[in-house]
Amino acid sequence: MVFIRTIIAIFLLVFTALLALPAGAQEDDSALRQAISGLGAEKGYSKLRQAIDVVVETGDPRGARVLDALAEGDVYRREGDGAVFIVSGRGKERNLIDPVTSEQVGTIAKSELKKVRVNNSVRRTVRDAIGALTLGAKDPDIRLSAVRTMIDNPDPDSLDVIATALEREGDDDVRTALEQARAAAILLSDAAVPDKVAAIETIREMGGQEALSLLVRARNAAGAEMRDATEAAIASVQKRLQYWSLGQNVWYGLSLGSVLLLAAIGLAITFGVMGVINMAHGEMVMLGAYTTFMVQEIMRTSFPGMLDWSLPIALPLAFLVAGSVGFAMERGVIRLLYGRPLETLLATWGISLILQQTVRTIFGPTNREVSNPSYMSGAFQLGELSITWNRLWIVVFALVVFAVLLYAMNRTSLGLKMRAVTQNRRMAAAMGIRTPWVDALTFALGSGIAGIAGVALSQIDNVSPNLGQGYIIDSFMVVVFGGVGNLWGTLIGAFSLGIANKFLEPFAGAVLGKILVLVFIILFIQKRPRGLFALKGRAVEA
Amino acid sequence: MIVGHLLRRGLNRWIVLSLAVILAIGIAVPALNLLLPVTHPLHVPTYIVALFGKYLCYALLALSLDLVWGYVGILSLGHGAFFALGGYAMGMYLMRQIGPRGVYGDPVLPDFMVFLNWQELPWFWYGFDRFWFAALMVMVVPGLLAFIFGWFAFRSRVTGVYLSIITQAMTYALMLAFFRNNMGFGGNNGLTDFKDILGYSVQAGETRAALFFASAAALALGVLFVSALGASRYGKLMIAVRDAEARTRFIGYRPEYVKLFAFVAAAVMAGIAGALYVPQVGIINPGEFAPANSIEIVVWTAVGGRGTIIGPIIGAILVNAGKSWLTGFAPEFWLFALGGLFVAVTLFLPKGIVGTAIDGWDGLRRMRDGKRRERGEDAPLTGPQPEAAE
Repeated sequence: MVFIRTIIAIFLLVFTALLALPAGAQEDDSALRQAISGLGAEKGYSKLRQAIDVVVETGDPRGARVLDALAEGDVYRREGDGAVFIVSGRGKERNLIDPVTSEQVGTIAKSELKKVRVNNSVRRTVRDAIGALTLGAKDPDIRLSAVRTMIDNPDPDSLDVIATALEREGDDDVRTALEQARAAAILLSDAAVPDKVAAIETIREMGGQEALSLLVRARNAAGAEMRDATEAAIASVQKRLQYWSLGQNVWYGLSLGSVLLLAAIGLAITFGVMGVINMAHGEMVMLGAYTTFMVQEIMRTSFPGMLDWSLPIALPLAFLVAGSVGFAMERGVIRLLYGRPLETLLATWGISLILQQTVRTIFGPTNREVSNPSYMSGAFQLGELSITWNRLWIVVFALVVFAVLLYAMNRTSLGLKMRAVTQNRRMAAAMGIRTPWVDALTFALGSGIAGIAGVALSQIDNVSPNLGQGYIIDSFMVVVFGGVGNLWGTLIGAFSLGIANKFLEPFAGAVLGKILVLVFIILFIQKRPRGLFALKGRAVEA
Repeated sequence: MIVGHLLRRGLNRWIVLSLAVILAIGIAVPALNLLLPVTHPLHVPTYIVALFGKYLCYALLALSLDLVWGYVGILSLGHGAFFALGGYAMGMYLMRQIGPRGVYGDPVLPDFMVFLNWQELPWFWYGFDRFWFAALMVMVVPGLLAFIFGWFAFRSRVTGVYLSIITQAMTYALMLAFFRNNMGFGGNNGLTDFKDILGYSVQAGETRAALFFASAAALALGVLFVSALGASRYGKLMIAVRDAEARTRFIGYRPEYVKLFAFVAAAVMAGIAGALYVPQVGIINPGEFAPANSIEIVVWTAVGGRGTIIGPIIGAILVNAGKSWLTGFAPEFWLFALGGLFVAVTLFLPKGIVGTAIDGWDGLRRMRDGKRRERGEDAPLTGPQPEAAE
């Protein structure tokens, strides 16, 4: 828990720092505004070009937008005071957009506007100016995104701009991107063959989907002498893309596997260790998810500033809620049914129906919205992979829960007692262990873990009364596949089923892939009725 | 002769009585519906005929589950799959009977295939335009699935809870498969809009009456079959497998074949129940494969009393009547009731209504015998009791 709190704290710090940044950028608004008003004041194209240069000299990347609009013919001068606006819309009433803030500031009749006219030479100036403005921005991220647009829409005419930018550029990432942009532009220009071959090499190294489309464009445009080199580069890029898609499948598989692990790990205790078939396990997950929902609602209404803390607060609460329901179940029903596994199965199914209907009565049958906290929304790019934060967190979280549980089972006194009771109940009782108490606590632990899983699953799944039902069969499959009574088996079972599922999906489709996995498990159980990691020795017969 | 012998052994008073009741209902209900005018106080409304016809199919389904669970001890949580497969086989026949009367008017292709832009009938739909073929498939398809599944499962000695869970996975996988549009079974809409069965309109009162009687007759045959089987030597073997599988194996029997036989027979019975169910409710869709449905069958059987013959029938009818009644005025209460039923039956009535009644009856008789002995009268000689109803 401490570990998670620390990470969350670090994230909060980073985010507040990011929020503080744009404040400094507001200052030189007036300089830019001055320069832009120059666009409307002058008459004649050469004067206009000078005015554009003035905008470039401010060095403010926001000026690029108004220049872009200028080239499109969307910049107008208001007849009354000569103020310059970007204008959108058609017909008599037009929308006025502030050229600096890009916000709509009002509407105006068309007759009161005068268009700022441009010709081809102005357009060329504008293009260079935009390149210079964005490429000359102070923030390397803005420069980088400017270069990325140039890579996506290569234009031989921008080679000069790129060359000047390359001379000035200090940031390594932006330099690399600029070189790639230059290569992309060279490919479409009428440069000499050796230059183009070098450019192909650069693009090939860049890799990815854009590189592929650039190369395909180049192949279609290229003459015979270039064809082989382009084809080779395309093949190489495609091969690399294949590896990435392999990596993507593995990642999706790990992500699904961690969800399965979370759902199944509580079951690995109640079913795997105690041998109790808890068909209401999915409902424990559902209770955990609804606890998260409740906590978030309370935070939203009472402490809106601490909304991001709702997950850390929901975790122990979900454990307690699901754990105490599990405790009550064990004491009230399951205790009376030990040694009759099929009856246990039916009774717990009945309890699951009751729990579902209770939740449905209280919260209604529709999906409840649980939002992602800031540190769990969004995604980041790793090579060609787009990794969402919530998926990454869930993988990490599943592994942490697994590790904690493993520790609890193998290193704590309660874990020792649990294992003793499940291995030889009478001997354990003879040694002074209160076996009924241990049974109840074990069951509560398994249910509590399911509740924690519900907190995580509320982030990626619909929180509805049926949430648990969707996981119950999968969880049993994982436990049975991995081998009963073995937490490691559950880990390996969850991840191998997750990855197998995701690798089958591209060929067979999502539903058929799932069916194939189910059929595989059914066949697998025939071969190894006690799972991948079967217990050996006397405990098996118990 | 052997059949006669088996029947005589299997027919105790209760079985004869229940057969009589089932057949009487099978004749009386449709007759009262058709022959009496609507205003007559004994007239049975048509919706009651449809409802009770459904219950009779459920009763047969519960009886088939009882054969595997009560007699051989295999708790199948995927029994609804066999029911649904039988239903789909019948549904395919009924779809082919629609002919050019569908919305799109295609003479051969059912509507949903025209909608999916299919040009010709998939191979597995061939032959379903003939009733005898469809009737055969109603039994063959569930039987074959049960045979293949059971062959693998029982030979590798998958037992108890593991078997229950993989049967559940089986029906879940089938549900997912039938939900797919390109499986060729109508996707999630399933098969519906039936017109004719054997040339008679499915909507007609006479057809409904005939279907009702057919369901009652099928249930009666099922009762005969299970009671005869239960009373036979094979029935004893089945109970031996249920109570002490390892010991039965050591004596020299092959429990896996006993289980396989019961599993396949039960699947065929379930298939027939499904086939009779579909024309009466007028639709079959993949929801019938849902694992929850299969577990509901288990609760019917458990409520009535597993290992008895009339128990599952009573259980199926009682629970479903309760469901119809409750969902009528308090739908949200039904799941509470069903859940509570699961818990209450497993905790307080592990033998079900009929099983407990038999126990009570036996206890009463023992008490009477004991008292008689106390008074010095001779206890009547008790021979080996036929245990069919136990």
